[in-house]
Amino acid sequence: MNTSPYLRKTTAVNSVMLRVLIALLPAICAYAWQFGAAILVQLAISTATALFAEAAMLAARGKPARLYLTDLSAVVTAWLIALSFSPITPWWLMVTATLVAIVIAKHLYGGLGQNPFNPAMVAFCTMIVAFPALMSQWPGAGQLDFHTQLELILGGARQLDAITAATPLDALRTGLREGGADVTVPGLMAGPAFGALGGAGWEWIALGYLIGGLFLLQQRIITWHMPAAFLLALAATALLMWGMRPDRFGSPIFHLASGGTMLAAFFIVTDPVSGATTPKGKLIFAAAIGALTYVIRSFGAYPDGIAFAVLLLNICVPLIDMQTQPPVFGHKRD
Amino acid sequence: MLRKLFKFHGGVKPATHKDAATASPIVTPPLPARLKVPLHQSIGGTPRPLVKAGDKVLKGQRIGGADGNVSSAVHAPTSGTVLAVEPVVTAHASGLSTLSVIIEPDGEERWIERQPIDLRATPADEIRDYLRDQGVVGLGGAVFPSHLKLKASREKPTRTLVINGAECEPFITCDDMLMRERAAGIVSGIRVMRQILGAEEVIVGIEDNKPAAVDAMTLAVQTAGLDQVSVVAIPTRYPAGGAKQLIRVLTGIEVPHGARSTDYGVQCFNVGTAYAIHEALELDQPLISRIVTVAGNVGQPRNYEVLFGTPMNELVALAGELPGTDAYIMGGPMMGFRMPAFDVPVVKATNCVLVSSPSLFPPPPPEMNCIRCGECAKACPADLQPFELYWFSRAKNFGKAQEYHLFDCIECGCCSYVCPSHIRLVDYYRFAKSEIWARERDKDAADAARERFDFRNLRQEREKQEKAARLAAKAAETRAKLAGESGDDDKTTSSAKPSQAEEAKKALIAAALEKARQQKERAPVPPRNTDNLSADKQAEIDAIEARRAAARQEAE
Repeated sequence: MNTSPYLRKTTAVNSVMLRVLIALLPAICAYAWQFGAAILVQLAISTATALFAEAAMLAARGKPARLYLTDLSAVVTAWLIALSFSPITPWWLMVTATLVAIVIAKHLYGGLGQNPFNPAMVAFCTMIVAFPALMSQWPGAGQLDFHTQLELILGGARQLDAITAATPLDALRTGLREGGADVTVPGLMAGPAFGALGGAGWEWIALGYLIGGLFLLQQRIITWHMPAAFLLALAATALLMWGMRPDRFGSPIFHLASGGTMLAAFFIVTDPVSGATTPKGKLIFAAAIGALTYVIRSFGAYPDGIAFAVLLLNICVPLIDMQTQPPVFGHKRD
Repeated sequence: MLRKLFKFHGGVKPATHKDAATASPIVTPPLPARLKVPLHQSIGGTPRPLVKAGDKVLKGQRIGGADGNVSSAVHAPTSGTVLAVEPVVTAHASGLSTLSVIIEPDGEERWIERQPIDLRATPADEIRDYLRDQGVVGLGGAVFPSHLKLKASREKPTRTLVINGAECEPFITCDDMLMRERAAGIVSGIRVMRQILGAEEVIVGIEDNKPAAVDAMTLAVQTAGLDQVSVVAIPTRYPAGGAKQLIRVLTGIEVPHGARSTDYGVQCFNVGTAYAIHEALELDQPLISRIVTVAGNVGQPRNYEVLFGTPMNELVALAGELPGTDAYIMGGPMMGFRMPAFDVPVVKATNCVLVSSPSLFPPPPPEMNCIRCGECAKACPADLQPFELYWFSRAKNFGKAQEYHLFDCIECGCCSYVCPSHIRLVDYYRFAKSEIWARERDKDAADAARERFDFRNLRQEREKQEKAARLAAKAAETRAKLAGESGDDDKTTSSAKPSQAEEAKKALIAAALEKARQQKERAPVPPRNTDNLSADKQAEIDAIEARRAAARQEAE
């Protein structure tokens, strides 16, 4: 029976997801401009795989396929995977990653809204553990033409040194590790992989994510808490280390403009399903991811630390939420 | 005067749909052919019927007497003849019937003799009793007897009297029109309430989408020369008209769940109630009608001054009901509920008859999974985390739901309104609340049953002992008899000793029996379901009882 309230706001899940996809467009444009059209191929592969996996899982679980396919959540996951993987990832790796995200991280936990872990980050971590070499091959900006990129994606022979340049984060860390005492950050950053702020080309993509993130804030799809806490915590940790040893550690600006920082700040950390929900909890959750990201980035073995930091904090969400329940009406101490 | 206003968390801004019904003044509909006046129209006890079929009643005559202090009287809305006093399906979501007085109007509208009381000469206690007998209850929708609210808390004097003219629900305009047209009466009622409560200041809160009402009330306050009363326009945001939200906005005080606002020195009345108090005390008119908005699927939404007992469908017909109506909703679209029938009578709680149609209020789209987006938490005026309550309610984890303050939920509907997954959150809370209440009832019932069971065991044990005692007595008697028959045998000496012991035992048994009999007499007679039976039923029962008695004798 129909019960009150009889009025409803017209927003639906698919409109939320659609606006998230729109918000990703500026960064995608910058990506294609700086690194070539390969990213578009990756987006197509992951989207097709995600929709197929979603439909199959919905059918297997006896859920209304049309209702949940059109919610666009699978497409958002697919795009986030494509954007966080290297643009020259072989197609089968992209397909496997997307299947892991949709089938294991999402549907085996109960589908939309039930997954404790961010599906895109689960896919990233699984793949980087399983295929560390392939996951670490990133081209430099403008390094490869589209034909070469397509060949690599479709499984062409990989002559690694010829086709890949280290990502700025990798270049910095390995450069410092292997170069010995006379190698310094300013010296390394004069190299071709680096731009004015972070990695060459990556700055533009970061700007794209920032624009999209501001759009999401303006649309009230995300609140300021998570991006602010994440970026501030990352910058503060970086500032601490850089302030002590500017020759051994990257500057806060470098960390903000490099890797997946901006993507994570507005699109990954802010995933409502797997994140904390209370205002205070959001701050703690995102700040911890920011600090942990810096630690894994600077001292770990992987190109970026965001995915691991996010999963580690996903585990803490129930505890964070439980401990940060806001006081209810009439029970505040003011 | 500029006043610092406070904010409550959350709230929503649905389209108000108020303009259509405020375009034309309040009108009085023609007398209906029958008035079905339910006796139970307020919180508290059901009033006792004071009339019976065939009685002639006058307009304003009391037809239901308040049942105790937490109750409120009910009156004949017009003069006429009582056709029946019988259960009628009433304006309640349950669809249950309540005892109602059916009146056929004679069309003469003859009043009872009216004599306004002298407010200065009457002590507050008597004024309160008088209001109870005039049937004045809160007209904002909760229908709490007003006389009970006109009493300051024992510990804390009432400092602020808040008058609620916010009317935040979409479609409803009855308070708006009342304030526009009868501001002087409302202000007069406010003056009386302030006097009884001894409040220092009075704040009339009106949402700023009703400028005409704000102006009318401001003018009336000025005319009456009441400088302790201020009329304040507050931001339009549902549910600003919830008593606790309004008190928060106007005074900054948050009254927690379970506490009374009077404990914080604040009392709150609806503008309609203020007007009803004015009528009851200064005109000696009991509460027999109210302003009702008819809106929704009708040609001309409008406000009517409606006699209680008027069937809703007759009222809706006046506003030009449009085709496609599927139900009437009493109240607004956010918190109102569907009427079980179209002809249920208008009652004191009826602020609005919202005519629903599938095109106006379509059934909600299919529910999807919660994505924990937190929109509901942003909208919740009680600062709850509605999605957490949803998980707990859904999982029937009621303990956890209560821990997350389920009972602070005021069911305003904001969370369901904003949910992008179209989850009918409020339904889950209603379910959880009723389950918790049911469990508490079950627990009480189980406790009672355990007590009964313990008593039964006790009784059976006692009966066993009594029976054993009886048998022992009988055996002793027989033995004594046998001993007597055998005469002065050489056994005499040997049997003398046991017989002495028997004698002592017998005395004990007699004492025990007497005690048991007394206990039986003391035990209260349980109520029987066999009173007031027809002769043949009684005969049947008597026959059964006789058979039972015979069987019992045989068994012994």
